[in-house]
Amino acid sequence: MSLAERVGAGSATRRWVGLAAAAAVWVAAYELNVHLWDWLVFDVAGLDPDSRLGSGVHFFFYDSVKIGLLLTGIIFVVTVLRSFMSVERTRALLGGKREGVGNVMAAGLGVVTPFCSCSAVPAFIGFVAAGVPIGVTMSFLIASPMVNEVAIALLLGLFGIGPTLLYVGAGLVVAIVGGMVLGRVHAERWVEPFVFETRLRGQVIDSTIGLTWADRFQMGREEVVSILRKIWPYLLVGIGLGAAIHGWAPEDLFTRYAGAGNPFAVPVAVLLGVPLYSNAAGILPLVEALHDKGLPMGTLLAFMMAVVALSLPEMILLRRVLKPRLIATFIAVVAAGILAVGYLFNAVLA
Amino acid sequence: MNIKILGSGCANCVNLERVTREAVAELGLDAEFEKVTEYADIASYGIMRTPGLVVDDQVLLSGRVPTAAQVRDLLAPLAPVAG
Repeated sequence: MSLAERVGAGSATRRWVGLAAAAAVWVAAYELNVHLWDWLVFDVAGLDPDSRLGSGVHFFFYDSVKIGLLLTGIIFVVTVLRSFMSVERTRALLGGKREGVGNVMAAGLGVVTPFCSCSAVPAFIGFVAAGVPIGVTMSFLIASPMVNEVAIALLLGLFGIGPTLLYVGAGLVVAIVGGMVLGRVHAERWVEPFVFETRLRGQVIDSTIGLTWADRFQMGREEVVSILRKIWPYLLVGIGLGAAIHGWAPEDLFTRYAGAGNPFAVPVAVLLGVPLYSNAAGILPLVEALHDKGLPMGTLLAFMMAVVALSLPEMILLRRVLKPRLIATFIAVVAAGILAVGYLFNAVLA
Repeated sequence: MNIKILGSGCANCVNLERVTREAVAELGLDAEFEKVTEYADIASYGIMRTPGLVVDDQVLLSGRVPTAAQVRDLLAPLAPVAG
């Protein structure tokens, strides 16, 4: 082996060994977390675990560390995996696909394709200009923000694999059916005309070719820092609220008013969730605490979806390409889908 | 050399412009910078994720913020040959 090759191979090995070491540290930290705070809050500080203050404080610190670890781990892994997938390739895959098949593919691709709200408009224009039917594009736009890695990471860590799979499955169904409905009502008549006049000129480049593993790990690290920096205020507020509810609200607060027997719980949850703007990170600690206090999982998942799937900033951005009628229809269709999901889950999980 | 930064004003496009200016300064290139912020114009270049880097009407990169070194590597082959 030449010196250059040996050096190259050495740094590659070091990279993977470094990753394995980081993973081991992560697992250790995750397992030891609860014991650390048990000791610090109850033994060292002397708080009573059965008291409101004691359990609230313990919850706050323990949950903050747990969620921080979950976010770091999953964002890193998902970003690296997603670096293999690009929106350009998604568009190439979807161009010309009919309704039905196209909607299913679009929803699935929406989950795995990296996407941020600021890309919603160029992505939309790009899809339409490439001949992707409007309903299929909508399936992508619904699935992408709803089924995002932050939500999945937190659901997995807080509630386990069952609710997570339910959430992903329901999100996909809402995206597929919602997109099909929007295609049926010929939503393209409510798209700003300039979108159809946009001609794609020049070659289309795929932003994922030529990425090395070092590049991918770098992107993973940057995404973790970037997301944590954006959401930590929401997180702390969410965890703080969660801790307050955990410590101070009576155990059956919600079962009396919003339990599975109350048919209005789901619409109220969805109505509350739609105008709320938060990312999944801020909402989930709250959801966890509410669940502990007796709110049924179906109502909670509906609430979460309503908050995450429909965000005011994204609607404002989409106004550039969608006429108000389409935005209203979009919100109505997604909200209706989420409502149905909420009722269904409450019925199934009861 | 004509350099266009495609993006509607979020942090990523600002960063892309910054590292591109760094790379241009390091290479000693004579380049004029333009910011493209209208979505219709951005999409017409075929990119779907902002930010985007377009040099002499050729799309070099889209969807992420590279390091100044990476921009340098992209720009170097396009620099006009002196003499």
